[in-house]
Amino acid sequence: MCLLKISNISMNYHSIKGETQALNNINFEVDDGKFISILGPSGCGKSTLLNIMNGLLEPSSGYVLYKGESIKNNLDKIGYMFQKDHLFEWNTVWENVILGLKIKKQLNDESKERANALLDNYGLLRFKNHYPSELSGGMRQRVALIRTLALKPEILFLDEPFSALDYQSRLLVCDDVYNIIKTEKKTTIMVTHDIAEAISISQKVIILSKRPSNVKIEIPIDFGNADLTPFQRRKNPLFSDYFNRLWKELDQSNE
Amino acid sequence: MSKKHEIHLFSKEHEVYLKKVKSTKRKIVITRVLILVIFIASWQIAASLKWIDPFLTSSPSRVIKSFISLYEDGSLFKHIGITCYETILGFSLGTILGALTAIILWSFPFVSKILDPYLVVLNALPKVALAPIIIFWIGNGMPAIIVIALLISVVTTIISVLTGFNEIDKEKIMLMNTFRASKMQILRYLIFPYSIPILISALKINVGLSWVGVIMGEFLVAKNGLGFLIVYGGQVAQLDMVMMSIVTLSIIAFFMYEIVAFVEKGLVKEKN
Repeated sequence: MCLLKISNISMNYHSIKGETQALNNINFEVDDGKFISILGPSGCGKSTLLNIMNGLLEPSSGYVLYKGESIKNNLDKIGYMFQKDHLFEWNTVWENVILGLKIKKQLNDESKERANALLDNYGLLRFKNHYPSELSGGMRQRVALIRTLALKPEILFLDEPFSALDYQSRLLVCDDVYNIIKTEKKTTIMVTHDIAEAISISQKVIILSKRPSNVKIEIPIDFGNADLTPFQRRKNPLFSDYFNRLWKELDQSNE
Repeated sequence: MSKKHEIHLFSKEHEVYLKKVKSTKRKIVITRVLILVIFIASWQIAASLKWIDPFLTSSPSRVIKSFISLYEDGSLFKHIGITCYETILGFSLGTILGALTAIILWSFPFVSKILDPYLVVLNALPKVALAPIIIFWIGNGMPAIIVIALLISVVTTIISVLTGFNEIDKEKIMLMNTFRASKMQILRYLIFPYSIPILISALKINVGLSWVGVIMGEFLVAKNGLGFLIVYGGQVAQLDMVMMSIVTLSIIAFFMYEIVAFVEKGLVKEKN
């Protein structure tokens, strides 16, 4: 089922020096429950696209539909996770997790219990009263994801969620986040410039060309076993085949 | 939790290290005190032996005498109290008004842009130059002194707090936007807590600035306060009284700074 439809999205940036066309007629669809990556060369407007999709930016033309309706009427169905965890250092883990609930005035017994259960499920309950500075990078990223999930979003947008981490924790956190998202059954769209990351975690990779970018190609990723974790996928023989293919496509889009 | 354990688990090497840290700290404190003692002692000796003219330089014993005589006629604490009152009111009003103005300017970036050159000029202007005008407008008395002290600190506060607000990671504001937070909510949950350390460092600077404003104001108008004692002492050639007031001023300024630093420790702890 098509959950999200991106239709003829174009975006121009204006500055005194002139006009830059960032996105040029982008079209794709996202099915319910899928994990999709948007891959493109740096500066191709991936984050711009994500910000249009979640209603923070107004596109120059085109529209985004959620279940056939304008996304603007469905903004609370979206959860957003940034490259940096952006936890508030002056708040405890718990206060960070319920921040969104508090702002949206949804803090009640039911939502508190949900947040508590999320912390418990993902091994953070005993750090509830700790401050973010006492946590590792991976734990912080998990707290950030739980802060997003506490709002019960239908779709998750991840903007290069692992690139602020060192290589080793990137692999570990990638597995963590993947497992959480899979357990919570969320449709997810991730933006990344990391080919290996895109292959290891997603079911479909959408490759953008360089600016003004449009969808170059959509490549479904299938390892034949849906239960493989991102780390296991990296060790699968098919992985390098996908890598080479995506590498070529990206390379051409860089020309 | 584990701290108690660690104390027993320290290796010899670590104990030596800790001892070294402690002894360095002790040396610093001792040397500090020593400098003060030597300074006071040589001042006293030089004055007693007439190497310097105590009429011009006063001496520690004369300062103490002057202190006691003012204490005995009951006016010492009145002067100290008045000066402290003016200073505290000056810097707290300056900080509060400055912070409020910064919040308003942050909420309306358009207004902030318009006012930017005016703020720069106001900041560069020595506010003490306005003192005669303020005395004319407000009258010869304490309110004028407080306004001078306030004026000196308010503009720097606006500028430093506003700079602090604008240094917040744009993505953190975007995060708040993904929660569809209102401007008030962004202020309450993000900007305020983020700015507490900035506010405190502004407060620290303002304590010093307010002393300047208050003493300056007292020079010009007052009939009470330490600034008045300094000017009066100068006029009647009572340098003991001048020195005594300066010494008292230094001691109070030191304690006020320490109090602010203590408040800072309490508010900023655990955050980093």
